Amino acid sequence: MVPPGVRPGGSDTIHTHGAKTRLDQFLQHCLNALMLGGTYALLGIGLTLIFGIMRVVNFTHGELYAFGAYCMYALVVPVGMNFFLALLLAMVLGALLGAVIEMLLLGRLRGADIDTTMLVMIGAWIAMQNTEQLIWSGVALTVPNPFPSAPLVVGPLSVSWLRIFVLFTAVGLIFAAYTVVNRTKLGKAMRATFQDRDTAALMGVRIDRMHTATFALGSGLAAASGALLGPVFVVNPTMGDLAAAKAFAIVILGGLGNIAGATIGGFILAFAEELGAGYVSSGYRDAMGFVLIIIILLVKPTGLFAQRERIG
Amino acid sequence: MMKYFPQAFLGLLVSVPFWLTDSYMLHILITTGIFIIAAMSLNLLLGYTGQLSLGHVAFFGIGAYGSALTSLGFEITLPGGIPLGVSPKPVWFAMLVGIVAAGFTGWAIGKLAFRVRGAYFVIVSISFAEVVRLVAVNWVELTQGPMALNNIPVLRLGWGSAEVAFLRKPAFYWLVLAVGTVCYIIISRLVSSRAGRAMIALRENEPLAMSVGVDVTRYLVLATIVSAAMAGSAGALYTHYIRIVDPDIFLFVYTVTMVIMVVTGGKGTLAGPIVGGVIFGLIPELLRTMAIKPEVQWIIYGVVMVLVVYFLPMGIVPALRNWRGGQQASSTAAASGPQMEGAGK
Repeated sequence: MVPPGVRPGGSDTIHTHGAKTRLDQFLQHCLNALMLGGTYALLGIGLTLIFGIMRVVNFTHGELYAFGAYCMYALVVPVGMNFFLALLLAMVLGALLGAVIEMLLLGRLRGADIDTTMLVMIGAWIAMQNTEQLIWSGVALTVPNPFPSAPLVVGPLSVSWLRIFVLFTAVGLIFAAYTVVNRTKLGKAMRATFQDRDTAALMGVRIDRMHTATFALGSGLAAASGALLGPVFVVNPTMGDLAAAKAFAIVILGGLGNIAGATIGGFILAFAEELGAGYVSSGYRDAMGFVLIIIILLVKPTGLFAQRERIG
Repeated sequence: MMKYFPQAFLGLLVSVPFWLTDSYMLHILITTGIFIIAAMSLNLLLGYTGQLSLGHVAFFGIGAYGSALTSLGFEITLPGGIPLGVSPKPVWFAMLVGIVAAGFTGWAIGKLAFRVRGAYFVIVSISFAEVVRLVAVNWVELTQGPMALNNIPVLRLGWGSAEVAFLRKPAFYWLVLAVGTVCYIIISRLVSSRAGRAMIALRENEPLAMSVGVDVTRYLVLATIVSAAMAGSAGALYTHYIRIVDPDIFLFVYTVTMVIMVVTGGKGTLAGPIVGGVIFGLIPELLRTMAIKPEVQWIIYGVVMVLVVYFLPMGIVPALRNWRGGQQASSTAAASGPQMEGAGK
């Protein structure tokens, strides 16, 4: 399902100028990784809520990422909406789609074991991806953006304005998500629901709503990262596959349900990919995430930053 | 009557090339048969030990590449400048090499991946398959990468004038049927043996199985080796039938196809993968004759998967068995029992 071609993280929009020293090259790789890491973190946080807290192996996560990117394209190109407004709307629509998926598909499987929900999510993923393929065909689409095309040049390093915007938006959203989960009443109810369902219900938490809200929040974050990276790279129906795989890598790196861990995991993966592509082989860029997953699970299966033992 | 059903069904399958002369239909049956072998091997892990291997296509692909490369021969330079060359070998030997290579990979993966369970095992298995796919894409010197390995030789058995080339479709059909039957017998023997009961015990309740002295990892690794070798045999058959192999053989959709076949047919039953395999082997052809796009076919697959989980959570075969058990007196239901023993919960 992942044809060779353009993929998240596959092309480089950051320009290089003339001959560079080895140190400059290294710094440029680090800068690129930093830019990419923000969106990876966002993607990972979305999944850590669903996979880590809800314990649903969410194979549709990558499709919500792709959905965000397609929303961006549809709203900016045919509709002609403002770029920033489209970004906001893509996020909201992603959260709504997540809520619908949760109510429609998982609503009747509350309390089912993890394998059962996983099979349902695989089915949903296949259906969603092929619907995208049917509507948009396999052609890669580009989303225009309002930022100047000339990159920002600082000494030997350069970075595009779009990517700076993407990084700052991603970091802002990460803080927002962290605040919602850890500092609000809604977040407390969410955490309570998945820690002890019965007790939370006895305390007056509406369990069904919490399931839907958590899934919607995670989906909204996935759509947001798709909407942010869509204009950086290109939009195509299989873009979600690698995104989903990377999200799983990030969540496992950071430990399940750990937002701070997922944030750091996102940056670690971005650095591993960027430096691996720069110094090992660009063909194996996308293998870095998988190799990291295998190493982490074999060496420290609870993730790098987990507080609790949670391996079944 | 049901007692001799497997034998009668096998007899029917053997007779197919005599009355079905349409070469295209035979082609469909051959590819379906190859996928049924792969699905049966997945069922051993998913159905009997309860471990969902979503990287199963890696074993299939390693069998295919292992067999293709051994039969074609190759010359590579290992890191450190050590040259390694293999001259072309006979196809039957190459297929054995493919099967052994897949089985050996299964052993290594089993040893490593079964440190984790459940969702983690699923993710490790997907990651493993993706790494293997990326190696097949990037190690051009060995695999030709996306350019694919072409002109893979045909299997020939026998000597001189008694030599049979498995080039024509009826011959290859019987070959697939023979391999499939052997795999079926191995699985049915295995799951009704002591090892099989240990596997089912750890699927049902791992801590309990451990507490009565079942060496969990040992049986999981055993199941993985057998399962991987069978998937490898399916891959080896596939590669000498299609006679071209490229990294797309590792695509995740093939794993998904196997999973759908097993889950729909009934995981943990001997007949399940066959029933599911026939259904999902023939559905694409049915849809093709109705001029339905492949995207729509995959959407239907996805929806079917969701519906099966909702309405037939155990799959078709157990559902039919329950239905028949309800319809008939318990005596007839008991008579049909033995061939399914050890199946289901």
